[in-house]
Amino acid sequence: MAVVETRKLTKVYAKAELGAVNEVDLLVREGEFLVFLGPSGSGKTTLLRMIAGLEEPTRGEVRIGGRDVTRLAPRDRGIAMVFQSYALYPHLTVRKNILFPLQAQKVPRARHAEKVEWASSLLGIGHLLERRPRELSGGERQRVALARAIVREPQVFLLDEPLSNLDAKLRASAREELSRFHKRVGTTTIYVTHDQIEAMAMGDRVVVLAQGVVRQIGTPREVYDQPADTFVATFLGSPPMNLMEAGEVIAGFRPEHLLPASLATGPAVPLRLRVATVEYLGAERIVYGVLLGGRFDGQKVVSRIPATVPAAYAADETHDFVVPEDRLEFFERASGKRTGRREFAWR
Amino acid sequence: MPAERGPRRSRLTRAGRWVVLVGFAVALAFPFLWMLVTSFKRTSDLYNTANDPFLFNEPPTLAHLKLLFGETLFLRWLANTTAVGILVVVLTLALAVPAAYALTRLTGRWGPRLGIGIFLTYLIPPTLLFIPLSRLVARLGLQDSLWSIILVYPSFTVPFSIWLLMGFFKSIPRELEEAGMVDGLTRFQAFLRLVVPISVSGILTVVIFTFTLVTQEFVYALTFISSEAHQTVGVGVPIYLVRGDVYYWGSLMAACLITSVPIAILYNVFLDRFIAGFTVGAVK
Repeated sequence: MAVVETRKLTKVYAKAELGAVNEVDLLVREGEFLVFLGPSGSGKTTLLRMIAGLEEPTRGEVRIGGRDVTRLAPRDRGIAMVFQSYALYPHLTVRKNILFPLQAQKVPRARHAEKVEWASSLLGIGHLLERRPRELSGGERQRVALARAIVREPQVFLLDEPLSNLDAKLRASAREELSRFHKRVGTTTIYVTHDQIEAMAMGDRVVVLAQGVVRQIGTPREVYDQPADTFVATFLGSPPMNLMEAGEVIAGFRPEHLLPASLATGPAVPLRLRVATVEYLGAERIVYGVLLGGRFDGQKVVSRIPATVPAAYAADETHDFVVPEDRLEFFERASGKRTGRREFAWR
Repeated sequence: MPAERGPRRSRLTRAGRWVVLVGFAVALAFPFLWMLVTSFKRTSDLYNTANDPFLFNEPPTLAHLKLLFGETLFLRWLANTTAVGILVVVLTLALAVPAAYALTRLTGRWGPRLGIGIFLTYLIPPTLLFIPLSRLVARLGLQDSLWSIILVYPSFTVPFSIWLLMGFFKSIPRELEEAGMVDGLTRFQAFLRLVVPISVSGILTVVIFTFTLVTQEFVYALTFISSEAHQTVGVGVPIYLVRGDVYYWGSLMAACLITSVPIAILYNVFLDRFIAGFTVGAVK
């Protein structure tokens, strides 16, 4: 277990171009499960690969366990990595795949059997040891990749979208399993994903990246409820936050806080809305509408109404909605950054 | 996964398939049969046009084999060819495997272009190259030595092998080597322990291809080597068994048969891998 730190870490591929990763300062705490979340091209994988030593930084420093490892080869960093494709060695059995890092790191032969036993039973793949990777299902491959990563007890785990090759159903259970696995071994883990559900569900903290820049670092609750800027506000949450501009201020509210007027408790902003379309999703309905009257006439908004609210909505109907005042977020228009409560002209 | 059976074909279709199959098998096996029969046929039988050419009209004879083994250095030529073949294979692998790896992985955008450039050198015919190369061989003092062809043969086996292996290495995901490097290997170890074993089909293809090219090469061997004891099979047999306008057909055929059977067996043993080697990347 170790602390991982990056200082002004930067990767520029071509001169005169914006860097893939720009001056990233991070401190991953001991035993933490940190998630890099961002759209594709946000630099999250490049950042991870620089921490792994597979990509050379243009500038900046990587420190693992207090030691500067910026110029060290991947094998000397005490890390283990699970790749998106799992990168299992196709010509070796599962047992030999798991043994591979032990042999490569010259762990005494006498300890091999016991280690393989430990790693394979931890992931419940004891019965697969004599198979080859091509004979395994996606979920089994993922577990073998994890076993291979854990077997030499690395200081840090790096995972690059390890669930993206699994089907949706398996992904949910694998997510839960991975969380449980992390709690058990307690190794510092950095996890890259573009899937916000994975990030929210598993991360102790989430690093939101866009265009190679860290937009926000915080717990899942912080990045969702107090987004640092309009990018984070719209990237997290599905459907994204509703944003309305007035003067120098942008007000935002999440679809789940745009509620039928009948549910209002406490001070709230009233909004009248003509329904455009309704998506019925079983547990909830997504109502796409257009505001009527006042300053924001014609502005599109989205509301998320749980199935527990009995009201019915159909296209072209007009309904009264409210947004509780304490659920409003404010951003500066020029920078997009979050600000405190502001005067906002709704009318 | 078991291949799915197609719909049942009509009898005619199946018969048609067998005709094609048997037809090809016979056509391809025929030269071997012909060589076998001729090797044991008396010359008087062979030259009598009234006789059935497929049968022994006179009792078979071992005279041709006696001539081949007793009066020529055939065994010596075989040994020479094998030795040259093995050395050229080793040289080719030693040069082409690392070169192909470097060109696919380490040289960025220029690697593949350079690879094509190297392949183009394979297309320059030996009939043009043997003149400058003979100067080179003379300068090195290697005339009439097997080392001359051991040195020259890689000039056409290496380019082709690089090109073939590049296709192979390109099909291996980069992440595999990266996983190996994270797991504790250097890049060179990752190459030896991951890339090489995974590309074994390609390497076998290179081995067989190179060996075959060596056994059939004629121009260089004829130009650079003069003494009987240093000949390879490809040159020694036609030189010493065709004297003026006298063809020692029986011995010629026996020599061909003995040389080609081991290679044919080698091909067949590795047939699947050989096909995989040539079609890699064609379908993913």
